[in-house]
Amino acid sequence: MRKDQNLGEYLRSQGVSRRGFLKFCSATASLMALPPSAVAQVAEALAAARRPSVIWLSFQECTGCTESLTRSHSPTVESLIFDAISLDYHHTLQAAAGHGAEAAREAAQEENKGEYILVVDGSIPVDNPAYSTIAGISNLDMLKDSAKDCFAIVSVGTCAAFGGLPGAAPNPTGAVAVSDIITDKPIINVSGCPPIPVVITGVLAHFLTFGTIPELDALGRPTAFFGQNIHDRCYRRPFYERGEFAETFDDEGARKGWCLYKLGCKGPITYNACATVKWNQGMGFPIQAGHGCIACSEPRFWDKGGFYDALSTGDWGTREALLGAAGAGAALGVASAIRARSRKKKAMAEEEA
Amino acid sequence: MSSLDTIPVTTEVATGNVEPLLHEIRHALKRLAGGEQGTTIDLKSLPLAPGEEERIEATLGTGEVRAEVDALGPTLIRETSYPGVWLITHKNADNAVVARFIEVTYIPELLRSQPEDIDAGIDRLESELRT
Repeated sequence: MRKDQNLGEYLRSQGVSRRGFLKFCSATASLMALPPSAVAQVAEALAAARRPSVIWLSFQECTGCTESLTRSHSPTVESLIFDAISLDYHHTLQAAAGHGAEAAREAAQEENKGEYILVVDGSIPVDNPAYSTIAGISNLDMLKDSAKDCFAIVSVGTCAAFGGLPGAAPNPTGAVAVSDIITDKPIINVSGCPPIPVVITGVLAHFLTFGTIPELDALGRPTAFFGQNIHDRCYRRPFYERGEFAETFDDEGARKGWCLYKLGCKGPITYNACATVKWNQGMGFPIQAGHGCIACSEPRFWDKGGFYDALSTGDWGTREALLGAAGAGAALGVASAIRARSRKKKAMAEEEA
Repeated sequence: MSSLDTIPVTTEVATGNVEPLLHEIRHALKRLAGGEQGTTIDLKSLPLAPGEEERIEATLGTGEVRAEVDALGPTLIRETSYPGVWLITHKNADNAVVARFIEVTYIPELLRSQPEDIDAGIDRLESELRT
């Protein structure tokens, strides 16, 4: 796609009919968890969308987030989203290496000052920046340098969003989240270990379609995908209501598909779209496969007790911990909401200017 | 080695969402018949247990019209046994489902020829006749 083209022109030049475009818009609206009535609005916005520049930085991570994304639904509908962005730097996927690659990043930053989207996966070691470097540049310096002129940051994965596994106790590298370092840019946290690929694509689609920051929850996550907890959307919820629980992974209850709460399912405190968007091309999600949710999209999930401990017995669920967490959560929520709101306002004001 | 079929796992789980969805379709159909606008339901938007989507499909049945649109991968459009209720399945080029909708309408928008495509067709036909 040429930089002077909008998406509508680009699709027509590729032989995509209006019917194909409407299909693309329907799938994109569904991807963004928008109601089907929004398709006309999506079509109008997408037809006029320009190609945004995206710079993707990978820090202390396992590449699972990139794997998740690149193994997402294959062509054609979703790949158009990627055709429609200019992925100017991604050191796992790009062919260039060394100084050439870094020069490309710097050039993209300069050329798209104030307009590019910075995607980050992985946490940032701050105890000793030398723990993780790229081309001799510490993650900390690279993040600061790339963030200063970006439009917004998408923190992909729980490591970038909340510190994740590198930040788990005893946190040997002093790993922190992007939002612990960058405080003057809008940050969208797409948490998960890894995040659902279509949620990553959905956030990029939102930028592409509306050019704005999506509505965020108290932890900076898009409410379209993180607005409801797994438990409320779980098809096993009726068993929970009736008190029908699997006690072991091979008992009668497990075979009958009963609720996995007693086997450590963290669905009741986990906000994500797994129960509806699902994984592997909509095939299923962990609970559907017979394993409880491990709360991978929540902060500090590694340090909250055993994955197989019921919420009522683990660190998530003792009365004291729950009360403490609720208090801290409320305080954090208010602070984050204020931050998110002011960031959003600023971004929107900058966009209008 | 035993086959997967021999593992005694049952999937008779019900969310209780199938009947409300069918009632939603009934209400939408009545609105359409009463001269109001059509309704589109995204099947991904509500939790369904394994087998429940198939149950919805089986209840709606198959009607008189089936069509396949070949644009960015196949889209299967089928009128159910209830006239005005259409099941639309968008697939990508690898035949994987990317979205599923129930449309309550006289004719799904995707089946109509689109003005932009008609204009492009006129250009092509005129060009063909000039040569």
